[in-house]
Amino acid sequence: MAMFIRVDVDNSIIEKAPGLADKLVEVCPVKIFKPAPQANAVEVVEENVDECTLCDLCMQASPQGVHVIKLYE
Amino acid sequence: MAVIVHEDFQFIVQGITGREALNFTRECLQYGSKIIGGVTPGKGGREVYGVPVYDTVREITEKQRVDGTIITVPLAFAPDAAYEAIDAGIKEVIIITEGIPRKDASAVVEYAALHGARVIGPNCLGVIVPDVCRFGSLGGPAVDCRKAFKPGVVGVMSRSGGMTTEICNALTLSGLGVSTAISIGGDPVIGSTYVDLIPLFEADKDTKAVVIYAEPGGTAEAELARWTQENNSRLPIVAFVAGRFMDEMPGMSFGHAGTVVNKKVDSPADKMRRMREAGISVAEEIGDIPNLVRERIGN
Amino acid sequence: MRFYEFETKQLLKKHRIPLVQSELAKTADEAEKLASHIGGPVILKAQAIAPGLAAASMREVSDSAGAKAAATELLGLDDGGRKPNGILVEARPTGETVYSLSFTYDGTTKRPVVAAADMAGKIDDLGDTHPERIVRRHFSALYPFSDYIAKELAKSLALEGNDLKRMTRIVSGLARLFLEYDLADLDVRSLVKLGDGNFVVLDVEADLEIEARHRQRPMLDELGFAKEDLRQVREPTEFELEGARIDDEDPRGIISPIAEFDGNIGLVIGAGGGSLTLTDAVRKHGGRPANYAAIGGNPSVDKARRLTKLVLTKPGVDKIAVMSNVVSNTRADLVARGVIKGITELGFEPADKILIFRVPGAWEADAAKILKKYGVEYCDRTVSISEAARRAVEKVG
Repeated sequence: MAMFIRVDVDNSIIEKAPGLADKLVEVCPVKIFKPAPQANAVEVVEENVDECTLCDLCMQASPQGVHVIKLYE
Repeated sequence: MAVIVHEDFQFIVQGITGREALNFTRECLQYGSKIIGGVTPGKGGREVYGVPVYDTVREITEKQRVDGTIITVPLAFAPDAAYEAIDAGIKEVIIITEGIPRKDASAVVEYAALHGARVIGPNCLGVIVPDVCRFGSLGGPAVDCRKAFKPGVVGVMSRSGGMTTEICNALTLSGLGVSTAISIGGDPVIGSTYVDLIPLFEADKDTKAVVIYAEPGGTAEAELARWTQENNSRLPIVAFVAGRFMDEMPGMSFGHAGTVVNKKVDSPADKMRRMREAGISVAEEIGDIPNLVRERIGN
Repeated sequence: MRFYEFETKQLLKKHRIPLVQSELAKTADEAEKLASHIGGPVILKAQAIAPGLAAASMREVSDSAGAKAAATELLGLDDGGRKPNGILVEARPTGETVYSLSFTYDGTTKRPVVAAADMAGKIDDLGDTHPERIVRRHFSALYPFSDYIAKELAKSLALEGNDLKRMTRIVSGLARLFLEYDLADLDVRSLVKLGDGNFVVLDVEADLEIEARHRQRPMLDELGFAKEDLRQVREPTEFELEGARIDDEDPRGIISPIAEFDGNIGLVIGAGGGSLTLTDAVRKHGGRPANYAAIGGNPSVDKARRLTKLVLTKPGVDKIAVMSNVVSNTRADLVARGVIKGITELGFEPADKILIFRVPGAWEADAAKILKKYGVEYCDRTVSISEAARRAVEKVG
C-alpha cells in the first residue's frame, strides 16, 4: 500500500511507558497511529502512512519504539 | 533595518498543533525566529518542538512581551482568534487561514485599526527579513528558505504567497537579494495593501527598490499607481501581473478568491496600463524582474 | 456566486424593498399570460448568468402577444452552455427620475461601501463616464448599519423631504441585506421614482461571497439552490465537478479552482499565483493547456494523487506537466509522492507521463530523491517558470 514511507512500531516498548500510546495517536498530524485492541499499544493505519509529513513528533515521543523509514532513500 | 519585524521580534502561533502550523513552527525555529508560545484550545500544557502550548493568548501576553501572532486556525475560528489576539494587545497579526468571507475579514481589519493593530492577510504566508526574522510560512524548511531569500536591497510585496518566494528566489539568484518580503494575501479584502505598506519600505534604508506581484481583480494596483503619482517616492517599483489569460474569460474565478475579472479595473491589461502610466516598470516574465530593478536603481 | 435576478428580487421582497411588479415565467405561454395579467407594455428578462448578456437577455414589448414571441426567442438564449432559467415578466414603470445604487467591498479602505448616482446604470461603468454623478459612503461590517449613513447618501444625491426619507429606507434595507446575506456585490442598476412619489427597484444584480456559501445555506435552500450549484459563468463540466469533489472531500490543502480547457497539456500546477503565471507562460510558448489547477496550502498526498489521475485520464491528455512556483508551505515531496502514486495506479511509468517536474522549494531534496527512484528528472529552482513551461510545450509537441 504505502509506497514512500514505512512506520515500524515496537509495542513492547510503547507498553512500558504509561500514556505513550495515547500520545502517539494524538501527536501525529496525519493519523498514522490508532489505539490497538490491547491496552497501551498502537496500530499503524496503513492507508495514512504515505501522508507522513516527517514531522518526527512520534519519534521524539518514543525514540526507541517508533521508526519512520523513507523508502526512497 | 527591517520592515515590520526585527531581530528581537517575539511571536506566537495560534493553531500551533495543526498539520500546517507544526510544519512552519519547526521551520521558523530552525530559521532562528523567536516563537515564545502557541495556542490551541484544549491542548494547553503540551509542547511542540520545545514551544509551550496554551489554551488562551492572554496566558502568554500576561507574562511576556508578544510582538506578533500567526493565525492558522480553521476557517470558522479565524476571526475569533484574531479578536483574541488584538484584545490581548498584539499589534502585528498575520492571518494565514484561507477562505474567510470578506465580511469577516473587513470586520477584523476594522477592529484591528481601532486597536492600533496591523493585519497582514488573510490568505497570506507572512513576512520575512532574510537572516533576521521569519514571521510566517515563507520559504519552507530553513535550508530551502535560505536558498530563496538572501539579504539584499529589494522589498517585495505579493498577493500570492508562492510567488513571493518565486520572485525572491529570482532576486536572490541575480545577486540583488531581498530586504523584506511580505506576502500580503490573495483575498478581496486584506488587512494591508501595497499602499498601506509601501511607506514602511520608504522608511527602510536597506530597501532600494520594490517589486510587487499582482493578479487580476481588485483596485490595489490602481491605488498603487495613484500613490506613486501623488507621492514623490524615492523607490522605483517593478510589477509583475499574472493571469493575463483571464482577460479572455470574464467572470471566471481562478487562483485566489480575489482573482476575478468582473470590472474593468480588475483586468490585467488595465492594471498594467495604469501602472505603466504611473512610471512603474512592468515585467513580462519573472526572469526579467532583476534586470528591470537593476536598470531602475542604476546598479 | 451570481444570483438570477428573480432570486435577488425574492430576497429584496422578503426585506420589504419596494419592487416593480414582477413575475417569473417558465414558458412562453406563461410569459404571455403574465404579460396580459400585468397589462400594457412589459419588460421581459431572460434569467441568465454568463457575463455580457445584459442587452441580449432583455426585451421590451407592448402587449401580451409580443411577450409570447419575445419569450420564445429569449428562452433559446445560450447562457454559458445553459438555457435561461425562465423569464422575468415585469411592468414597465413610468417614472422620469432614475437612480442607481451599488454595494460592494472597497479593497482600499477594506470596508463595505455604498455608491449611488442619479442616473441608471452599473456604478462601475458610470464611474468611467460620469464620475461626478457618483456619491459614496463607507459603512462597517463590524458594527450594525446605522440609518444615518443612508440618509447622508440620500442627502448627497440632493434628495429632500419624502424622497430623502424613502431613499434612506431603501438604502438602509439594502445595506442590511447586503451584510446579512454575505453578498460580495449588490447592484441596483435602476431604481425608479414613480409618479406617486414611491421608489421601486427595476433592475438588480447580486453576487454571493462564494466562501460564505456554507453558512448561507438556509438562504440558498430558501431560494432553491442545489447543493453543488456554484453559479459559475458557464456550466461546470464533469471534469470540473470531479475536481471540486476531490477538493471538498479532503480539507488538507487545495487543488482548486479546476477548470477544463480544450488543449492537450495536462497541468498539475500550483499555487494560486504560480498557476496563473504558469498558465500565461504555457500559452506564451504556444502550448495549449488541457486544464487549470491550483495546488496550494499543502495538499495531502492523496489529494495530489487524485488530481493527477483526474488530469491524466482527461481525454486528449497523454502527459502532464507538474510545475509550481518555489513552494513554501506546499511541500515538493508530498506533491511528488501524490503524482507518482497517481500515475502508478493508472498502470503507467512516471517517467513516461511527466513532461517536467518543476516544484522547487520546501522539501525539494526529498522530492528529488523520490523522483530519482522513479526515473523522473527533477528540475530545480534555477530553471525559471517560463523556461519550465517552454520545455513542457516543446516535449508535448
